[in-house]
Amino acid sequence: MMIVEKFAQSPTRRNLLKSGLAGGILLAFHMPVYAANEPEQAPDSTAGKFAPNAFIRIAKDGTTTLVMPQVEMGQGVYTAVAMILAEELDADFSKVVLEHAPPNDKLYGNPVFGIQVTGNSNSIRAFWKPLRVAGASARAMLVAAAAQQWKVDPASCTATKGEVLHPPSGRSLAYAALVDAAAKQTPPQNPPLKDPKNFTLIGKPLKRFDTPNKVNGKTIYGIDAMLPGMTFATIAASPVFGGKVGHVDDTAAKAVPGVRKVIVLDDMVAVVGDHMWAAKKGLDALVIDWKDGPNAAVSSKDVWEHLRAASSTDGVVAKSRGDIAKGLSGGDKFEAAYELPFLAHTTMEPMNCTVQLKPGSCEIWIGTQIISRVQGTVAALTGLRVDQVTVHNHLIGGGFGRRLEPDMALKAVRVAQHLDGEPVKVVWTREEDVQHDIYRPVYRDTISATLSNGRIAAWKYKVTGSAVIARWLPPAFQHGIDIDAVDSAIDMPYDIPDFHVEYVRAEPPAVPTGFWRGVGPNNNVFAIECFMDELAKRAGKDPVAFRRDMLDRSPRLKAALDLVSAKSQWGEPLPARVGRGVSVQPSFGSFIATVVEAEVDHQGEVHLRRVTTAVDTGIAVNPDTIEAQLQGGIIFGLTAALYGEITILNGRVQQSNFNDYRMLRIDQVPKIDVHIVKSGEAPGGIGETGVTAGPPALRNAIYAATGIALRRLPVDREVLAGRKSI
Amino acid sequence: MITLRINGEDKTFDAPPDMPLLWVLRDVLGLTGTKFGCGIAQCGACTVHVDGKPLRSCLLAVSAIGNRAVTTIEGVGETPAGAKVQKAWLDLEVVQCGYCQSGQIMSAAALLASTPAPDDSDIDAAMAGNICRCGTYVRIREAIKRAAAEHQA
Repeated sequence: MMIVEKFAQSPTRRNLLKSGLAGGILLAFHMPVYAANEPEQAPDSTAGKFAPNAFIRIAKDGTTTLVMPQVEMGQGVYTAVAMILAEELDADFSKVVLEHAPPNDKLYGNPVFGIQVTGNSNSIRAFWKPLRVAGASARAMLVAAAAQQWKVDPASCTATKGEVLHPPSGRSLAYAALVDAAAKQTPPQNPPLKDPKNFTLIGKPLKRFDTPNKVNGKTIYGIDAMLPGMTFATIAASPVFGGKVGHVDDTAAKAVPGVRKVIVLDDMVAVVGDHMWAAKKGLDALVIDWKDGPNAAVSSKDVWEHLRAASSTDGVVAKSRGDIAKGLSGGDKFEAAYELPFLAHTTMEPMNCTVQLKPGSCEIWIGTQIISRVQGTVAALTGLRVDQVTVHNHLIGGGFGRRLEPDMALKAVRVAQHLDGEPVKVVWTREEDVQHDIYRPVYRDTISATLSNGRIAAWKYKVTGSAVIARWLPPAFQHGIDIDAVDSAIDMPYDIPDFHVEYVRAEPPAVPTGFWRGVGPNNNVFAIECFMDELAKRAGKDPVAFRRDMLDRSPRLKAALDLVSAKSQWGEPLPARVGRGVSVQPSFGSFIATVVEAEVDHQGEVHLRRVTTAVDTGIAVNPDTIEAQLQGGIIFGLTAALYGEITILNGRVQQSNFNDYRMLRIDQVPKIDVHIVKSGEAPGGIGETGVTAGPPALRNAIYAATGIALRRLPVDREVLAGRKSI
Repeated sequence: MITLRINGEDKTFDAPPDMPLLWVLRDVLGLTGTKFGCGIAQCGACTVHVDGKPLRSCLLAVSAIGNRAVTTIEGVGETPAGAKVQKAWLDLEVVQCGYCQSGQIMSAAALLASTPAPDDSDIDAAMAGNICRCGTYVRIREAIKRAAAEHQA
């Protein structure tokens, strides 16, 4: 098995699929399963091969190339996609080779978005059926070709491990020998799909395709692209959001050995050199007079005042059932507000892009979650036609939503516009990466509820925050509702008679906002699950029992909750200042219950002791990957809960690197046990689920340990140490 | 011109004396397995061995190395500890995005070479300088123990 590193993804997504609005997007997108002769297809990729659709190429030497519509950024999707295709194709999995898809929305667009996007934990959800159909169709054509040759009924043939078999006569033909004949077959419209009980690959913890070269240094990430005659550059954008370059004194920079060129643009400067060290030293040596512009006075205080003011206004109704006014007028009423900070993504691979811009062509080397958007925005910037822009995608050193933006490519192209056609690798310093991110928005959520007989009678939930969707996918922003921001607010698991959700769009001053692993549900699940614990206490009930009594409409979630409470020894005694906290969520189409056990010391420091999670994600395509994604996602979420906050002072981000924007490290991370519930349902999303599960469970553990109900993140040690009130 | 012994071979190149080894490896010699993560020795992605000791190459001036032997991720598989660590990493499928893993493996290999049977606190001490954003820490710990068991066998 190998990966050829050349080129060849609610409005949940659930709500989006159900709604008429999503229907529009979906109708606009046609999944051309049989499109081998499309001119967009790279010709060398299909010549002389059986290429029945966009995903499968079988060569006469038996090599089976599978083209990956989704990008690999560590989540294991390459292996899962290959498993699904190979399962229905009955390919010889040991002879499978993977290729990155080239930019082509028509062939490789994510069915949910209509463009090539890897995000939203929907790769497997969106492509489950199309990939199965692609594999089954190709298999049927190979079988038909063999049956024709043998002059037997195709129904009497079968296939396994890259061979068509005719059991009655004992004959067999390798797929390799059927390449030409299969290509002449008519693709079946509705090929039969396997009964899941006959799966031989799906459901097995198979080894990943991408990992062998990641342990020996051979994997070429975007930042590792090397080209003859390449130069190296690093950049500095205005430290104040929206600021411009004033005067630049480059005398000292130009004296740095290895510096070749200083490029001064209206909002950024770049230094080009023989290597990154020269570029970085050169950049440090520049004396830049920035014109800070209108955001020079904006600070976090302004951001929060703006958000809180917006949160006090009425929102657009996103969902309502029962009679919320009546429901809130009786019984024991309780209210709370929850707030989440700006976050940076800090992918381990800093932002980078390599560009070679010549008259009439632009070639890009990058790791991106949006290859076709990179191509299109670069074309628009340069005035080139889309087909004059070549984008080589790479395995990605961390995406987390940061690489759902094309800004790093556009900045690199703007540098290349001032060179003479030589390739330039533009690498951001970590400081530039932290201070010029496109940040997870600040959110403020308010919830009012009434209790009646130990159950929630009425629930009014208002989400206030940035509408990332409105900028990023404008057609999906309708009726003033960011479908992502209210995703898990609407798709709430508890059985509550009077239920009402509102959304207030509030764009923060100065700070650009974007998707961050866990997206809207990060905020919704945190507010809901924190509030559930406070309501449980008010009702005098155990947090698990309180939730369980209201999960009758969600049996899969209830089963996960029962499993995690058993596995975590929920209810068993703990030492002083140690608590267990629970969270449940049906987000991204997976049903997850998580228990965090944590200790809070007298200095207010939080020590993680143990994490247990139970997940029903439907058919577990690769259970080993699912365990890894839950473990890693939980750590990602807990990192943010314990440390993550980007603050703004005088229009600038105050954090700069891992010294002041901290990450959890191995010595702080406990055992994380993942229990996968066996299920025959269609696969759910998994890449972001741990991220949303961790923070509320941790906060509830702190609540259990100390009685302190934190209502904003990150965790405030001063409050936990009793040195500051909430 | 400077000559360094890297992965058992002498490499001669021209570079400013204050240039960190990281950029020499990546941009001058094309050994891109060693990664840039932070530039301030906070994340460990750039970890290499100098005479067997794990050092952060992003702050290690090339002129300070002298005739000490440099080993990078491209060469660590030639050492017994490195080979065991790489195998354990694959056996337990530690890796996700993989960008930090060159550094993780270099730190783990140095640990095993000096402490053949590390306990949890040894692992914490040796590995806490290596950040993994994907959160592979649980499996890193298991894999080091697996490699140590094979190392002694």
